Amino acid sequence: MTETSTQHKNAGPDLTYQQYLQKDTLALPKCIECSKLHFYPRIVCPHCGSFNLEWKILSGKGEVYSTTTIRRKPERGGNYNVCLVTLDEGPRMMSRVDGIAAEDVEIGDKLIARIINNDGDCHVIFTPLQEV
Amino acid sequence: MAHILRGSSAIVGVGLAGCGEAHGRMPLDILAEATHNALDDAGLKLSDIDGIFTGSSYHFMPGLSTAEYLGIKPRYTDTTMVGGSSFVAHTLNAAMALKTGLCDVALICYGSNQRTAGGKLATMSEQQIYEAPYKPRYPISSYALAAARHMYEYGTTREQLADVAVAARQWAKLNPNAFARGDLSREDVLNSRMISDPISLLDCCLVTDGGGAVIMVSSERAKDFPKKPVYLLGTGTAQWHRQITQMPDLTTTAAVDSGKRAFAMAGLTKDDVDVVELYDAFTINTILFLEDLGFCTKGEGGAFVADGNIAPGGSLPVNTNGGGLSCVHPGMYGIFILIEAIQQLRGECGDRQIAGSEVALVNGNGGVLSSQVTSILGTEAVL
Repeated sequence: MTETSTQHKNAGPDLTYQQYLQKDTLALPKCIECSKLHFYPRIVCPHCGSFNLEWKILSGKGEVYSTTTIRRKPERGGNYNVCLVTLDEGPRMMSRVDGIAAEDVEIGDKLIARIINNDGDCHVIFTPLQEV
Repeated sequence: MAHILRGSSAIVGVGLAGCGEAHGRMPLDILAEATHNALDDAGLKLSDIDGIFTGSSYHFMPGLSTAEYLGIKPRYTDTTMVGGSSFVAHTLNAAMALKTGLCDVALICYGSNQRTAGGKLATMSEQQIYEAPYKPRYPISSYALAAARHMYEYGTTREQLADVAVAARQWAKLNPNAFARGDLSREDVLNSRMISDPISLLDCCLVTDGGGAVIMVSSERAKDFPKKPVYLLGTGTAQWHRQITQMPDLTTTAAVDSGKRAFAMAGLTKDDVDVVELYDAFTINTILFLEDLGFCTKGEGGAFVADGNIAPGGSLPVNTNGGGLSCVHPGMYGIFILIEAIQQLRGECGDRQIAGSEVALVNGNGGVLSSQVTSILGTEAVL
């Protein structure tokens, strides 16, 4: 046993993820052993079991893996999108596509991430990727 | 060599209570009435029970609350919580406890007043912090995402999803205890209010009250009871994720593994199965589980369920009580598929009886397609 309380003085994975988001950056843990990234952030690689991880800043690009329109009355804010996005770097996360009607989001759509910061409480949404 | 648990225990009593609406009843009242009915069925009394297997959305320590209410002091308690699949999982744990002498009479039980208590899904689940900002409807949106992906990859249609609901209703019409027994057409399902695309209101299970109880003993004793014993031939469990973002492939569930494990323990194959009871919280479930359990190939589930193939008179009897879609669904449904399978093997199912049923398959689902538990049950003829 070498663990001491001082080894826990740094932020855990969830807080680190949030701290990156607060700097308008999307980052996730990457396994140094198997090179795979994972979402949601953990202290262990769920792909290979290694505890040897580093943080990697992502491109923010991804693709709709599945999508649903949640029906809501107009007076309560109207329909909205919930989707699963596969990031270009591999992991999949739940999110929402903004910038087009919820019903128009389709599986396979290419996306780019945008970070929403509500007084320090951050989450990631996506908008359609504009091809140049 | 046969697995040590194959056929080592048997169900000798089942009971239902409060299915539909049980006005003025608390969850444990309904559970206790189902237990009373199961004890009557088995010719046992409460004091004979020395093993409790239960789960609840109402009681944080359900084993303690249940035993206290019933006034029994069990030697063995198990409250394995894998959502609605828990009660199917309990058959395996009960079989182990009976085989090792940790208990002699095992009671698997559940009760819920979800409908008359207001219809909202009772849950003690923690919030999924990486999903909450996007306000998915829990659990519907997770199943909707799976359905949308299945449609995208395999061309499954809303009409095929609707046919699952129609087949369930046709079975329910043969079951006097089913809650929803009115006429239902494919068009009715397609025209029902959309909730989370592509899942509409009639793609969703009922919200009812209800309770169920199952009593298991070792096979050596099973013939000493009034009803024809139903033997537990195999149970397999599998889980691959908790929240939908972590499901490796939205079109393939862990029933692939739970089914293989259950069949391996039972020493049987899908061709031996006479009747199938699947946890149909949503219409997509039936399609996914038929594929993952090997009744059809991946991607062909939509075509398999179409045109009455799983309805009365079809090639494979599926969800013969009417399912969670049309019979009963009080929050967690796993115990009700067990009971329907047992009653089919006993030959007690009246107009919906599958003649000559010797082997039944039950597949419980928990979470958001997260936990899958498959049980194979059989009569003495296949022991």
